[in-house]
Amino acid sequence: MDSSSTKITFLPASIRDFFLEVDGISRFTGQFFKTVFKRPFEFSEVAKQSFIVGYKSLGLVTVTGFIMGLVLTIQSRPTLARFGAESWLPGMVAISIIREIGPVITALICAGKVGSGIGAELASMKVTEQIDAMEVAGTNPFRYLVVTRVLATLLMIPLLVIFADTVGLIGSYIGVNIMGDVGLRLYFSQAIEHLDFVDVFPAFIKTFFFGFAIGIIACYKGYTCNKGTEGVGLAANSAVVIGSLCVFIIDLIAVQLASFFM
Amino acid sequence: METVVENMEAQNAAVGKKENDLIVLTEGLCKSFGDNHVLKGINLQIARGENVVVLGKSGSGKSVLIKCLVRLLSIDAGKVIVLGHDIPALGEEELNDVRKKIGFLFQSAALYDSMTVRENLEFPLREMKNQSKDEKEKQVIEDLKSVGLEEAIGLMPSELSGGMRKRIGLARTMILKPEIILYDEPTTGLDPITSKEISRLIISVQQELKTTSLIITHDIECAKITANRILVLKDGVFVAEGTFKELEKSEDKWVRSFFE
Ligand SMILES: Nc1ncnc2c1ncn2[C@@H]1O[C@H](COP(=O)(O)OP(=O)(O)OP(=O)(O)O)[C@@H](O)[C@H]1O
Ligand SMILES: [Mg+2]
Repeated sequence: MDSSSTKITFLPASIRDFFLEVDGISRFTGQFFKTVFKRPFEFSEVAKQSFIVGYKSLGLVTVTGFIMGLVLTIQSRPTLARFGAESWLPGMVAISIIREIGPVITALICAGKVGSGIGAELASMKVTEQIDAMEVAGTNPFRYLVVTRVLATLLMIPLLVIFADTVGLIGSYIGVNIMGDVGLRLYFSQAIEHLDFVDVFPAFIKTFFFGFAIGIIACYKGYTCNKGTEGVGLAANSAVVIGSLCVFIIDLIAVQLASFFM
Repeated sequence: METVVENMEAQNAAVGKKENDLIVLTEGLCKSFGDNHVLKGINLQIARGENVVVLGKSGSGKSVLIKCLVRLLSIDAGKVIVLGHDIPALGEEELNDVRKKIGFLFQSAALYDSMTVRENLEFPLREMKNQSKDEKEKQVIEDLKSVGLEEAIGLMPSELSGGMRKRIGLARTMILKPEIILYDEPTTGLDPITSKEISRLIISVQQELKTTSLIITHDIECAKITANRILVLKDGVFVAEGTFKELEKSEDKWVRSFFE
């Protein structure tokens, strides 16, 4: 890190830092893939971290998911009513939630809640030499701390998205019923009728990428923190900022790929 | 008095030893951070069973030196051989195996603060697959007994005092029965009585496990109790070497100032 930052002097500092960061994250990801298949697997630690990720975000995801469905429905109704297409309301809202809003909102919430937690936790372990202590004990802190956390976000964020989608649809059902009277079964049959494999599958796949990106970036910022106590706040902060940014970038790429292949 | 005599014997025995009986050997070890040249050619030899103390002012690079010995920091130039292994050249797996034979007590004790004392001590044992749960449990308790803190087994690190943390840190360091223990300022931040207790503990641990110790400190009392041989670090090199008594009467005013 020292050497590479001194070598490249012709670029402005901010651009140089950007490339160094990308380089750092790529190496870190490489190390993840090198370590993840090595024995012994930390099953119990992955389970514990998954529980923490899921448990930490569940409340927030429920509330935002519900509001998201409700608001989307209430706001779309007048537009559709103008065209006399109110019966499309459930289908339209379902597509928006499942394809786009559910995954992105959930991922952003997790980038904030989970990303900052992981970033701060690992960074404080780093600055208080706990990670060094694991290293000199001959254990592999990367496997114990990083791999387990990344696997946890990788597995849990898709589950949280499915959950948020469901809660969002329930919110939407209630939104529909504020002004009309649609039975639960009718509502869901209308909602699902318009859903295609093309809507569901790419949306589901991209949530794994969201989960991975949020986990790996938070771990990277925490694990490589080297600026003392001040660095802990910085690590948590940039874990959230870069994590959220990555969610949007992945979303953009996913849309392009999906429309290319489907 | 008895320990002093023993110490002298250990030192005399060490003098005639061949190179491969050296636990630690560094030659021309250099380490810089940018323009900050911290270590400028450290030559260090520690024989089996010796207690070596490195004295130096705050910021002189003592912590950097022992971190280089276990490759927590990479070196810029020179040779580092610990337990017969060329540390900078080792692969990751081999390095981990060597590290298991080296104990390292951090300046801050570095207890894992999300784990209880028990889990802290069990952590280094987790990769020992040939040990049953009961054996591990027994070892943890034995270990806590030897630092005199069995009753702390269920506590979290945040519930411990500074002195207790150091002891638990030492217990965790001991648990793999290392051949050499590196102590980074074991007594800093403690009252004189507790410091003395920790220093005695270092000696008793050494006798119990038959380890070699490298103790980094600027606490002269600790050096007096623990050292067979003292090295003084200044401006990135060792400027003086000898027993406590020899250095106490050193010609060099700067060296002598440590002992006043
Ligand atoms: N990771 C690092 N990056 C940059 N500089 C460092 C790093 N670690 C140590 N230094 C520098 O090396 C020098 C020696 O630091 P070191 O921690 O070894 O001092 P010390 O002798 O252990 O002091 P103390 O008794 O206060 O612990 C200091 O000037 C410090 O700024
Ligand atoms: Mg130090």
